[in-house]
Amino acid sequence: MLKLLRIELFKIFKRPRTYIAFGAIAAVVFLIQIALKFDGKSYVDLLMSNLSGSFEFSDEFKGKLLNGYLICFVILNTLLIQMPLLVALISGDSIAGEANMGTLRLSLTKPVSRTQYMLVKFAASIIYTLALLIWMAALALFGSMIIFGTNDMVVLRSEGIEQMKNFDVLWRYFAAFGYAAVALTTVSALSFLLSVFSENSIGPIIATMSIVIVFTILSEMNIPIYDETIKPYLFTSHMVAWKGFFYVKADAEGTTINGSIENLPAVLRSLGILVIYIILFFSSAVWVFKKKDILT
Amino acid sequence: MSSIIEVKNLTKNFKDIKAVDNLSFKVEAGQVYGFLGQNGAGKSTTIRMLLTLIAPTSGEIELFGMSLAKHRKEILRQVGAIIERPDLYKYLTALENLRLFAIMSGVKVSEKQLMDQLDMVGLAERAGSKVKTYSQGMKQRLGIAIALVHDPQLIILDEPTNGLDPQGIADIRNLILLLKKERGKTLLISSHLLSEVELIADSMIIIDKGKKLVEGKVKELFDPSETIVELKTTDDAATFEKLKQSPLNKFMHGQRNDCLLLKLHRNEVPSVMKELVQMDVNVISLHSKHSLEDYFLSLTTGNNDVEVAKN
Repeated sequence: MLKLLRIELFKIFKRPRTYIAFGAIAAVVFLIQIALKFDGKSYVDLLMSNLSGSFEFSDEFKGKLLNGYLICFVILNTLLIQMPLLVALISGDSIAGEANMGTLRLSLTKPVSRTQYMLVKFAASIIYTLALLIWMAALALFGSMIIFGTNDMVVLRSEGIEQMKNFDVLWRYFAAFGYAAVALTTVSALSFLLSVFSENSIGPIIATMSIVIVFTILSEMNIPIYDETIKPYLFTSHMVAWKGFFYVKADAEGTTINGSIENLPAVLRSLGILVIYIILFFSSAVWVFKKKDILT
Repeated sequence: MSSIIEVKNLTKNFKDIKAVDNLSFKVEAGQVYGFLGQNGAGKSTTIRMLLTLIAPTSGEIELFGMSLAKHRKEILRQVGAIIERPDLYKYLTALENLRLFAIMSGVKVSEKQLMDQLDMVGLAERAGSKVKTYSQGMKQRLGIAIALVHDPQLIILDEPTNGLDPQGIADIRNLILLLKKERGKTLLISSHLLSEVELIADSMIIIDKGKKLVEGKVKELFDPSETIVELKTTDDAATFEKLKQSPLNKFMHGQRNDCLLLKLHRNEVPSVMKELVQMDVNVISLHSKHSLEDYFLSLTTGNNDVEVAKN
């Protein structure tokens, strides 16, 4: 099994297209970092403008605000929306790409069961997703920490601001990246399932993105009837729950409690739902693939 | 001799289309078995069922005396195959492709063994080149190296000479004969090029519309004493009339490609030639043609290309 996994990873990382995603992430991260390095004050002013009616912020406070942690938060907010496309590029290609190249039929004449083949393919897609996230973490988190330094982190919410102590932030990022890995694996599993039905990789990639976009729109729409009936069941509603790690509890005096998470059960519930989606998508993919006649 | 492949009442339906219809055949150990049929006859579907790429609608397949459905992995370890064209990872080199499929075949092979395999198909010098730079013939040879890398007992080649030039076809033919004679392999070769199969196969089956038309030893399927003579003269129409009025009328078999066809025993050819000279027929060429091609055409086309001239 490990040998087969090594083969899959070898194939993935030998393809030039694999590195498009890594390049795209690096480009976006560097552009944001450069922009905020040279014009961070304007960005912070804009960010605080919504709150300035009820709060007064000193320049010193604003200066502290623009640190590596906040920059990483900004980058994550921007990039995690685009990441599904990058993940789908590889997962959507997993089976459909092999069918398109004609290598699927040769691979399936080898003494490897179809379930084993699918497990290895999916595991390789997950490893690729993790590699992307680690790359992103290295650039967005550690890169920003080096360029901008660290300080207390402030998160803006509709009801106000939350301030986390410097020492209380890094673990939250690790948790958020871990959560993002599960969220992106859900997209990967969806794309993988669609890949089984297609004989070229464009179809599953476009279909995955279409589903993610439509579901995201539905998740974001403020229509009361959808709040109870549709939104809780859309995986996209739960993909953004990584932000929960940055929402902290406060004591009676309004001081944030270090190491706390405002609504951990909600975050864990969302995580559970995503895991259920992954199992559902993957097992459906295996079930369909095992019955499929290979005609390409 | 033991059977390596035994197919019993195999049927495959694609919705309303019966691609393979109650097909049964056996391939004995150490044979080259020709699997013949026109395009769309059901050859590739059958081969895909032998390789578990397609599930049969009904029927049984046994390879090496084991049920394919129950012992898939065990059986496929002993099978090497090319299905239609050898599509490979174009962005990888020949050596990388070979190594990758060797691992998938469950065998541990050294770099030297891989290079020996490439050497056998004449690709050792291009081992480090990416497959996208290969010609069709080179890809075909690499496909064969991949099919053989785990030293299988049974080799299944679906249209192995497709897209090859005459030299490439000859190379593949020689390789097939070498595998049979020197390595004792069993080979199932599908083709629509009967002249190719005729040269290499011990036994053969001809299928059409998914059904078996005929199966047997190549030598026995065709009586070598019966021959078709293609007669080309300066005036075919006049010759046609002359022959109709002569005792040679009994040999008249039809017309094809501006030739008159005579069907006769090989020993009768000299006397027929003498008779033609006596009848003052100006013969341009007289070609004795006897191959499975005629047999195949007559079976699968229902003699459509032969106008029977006898009254």
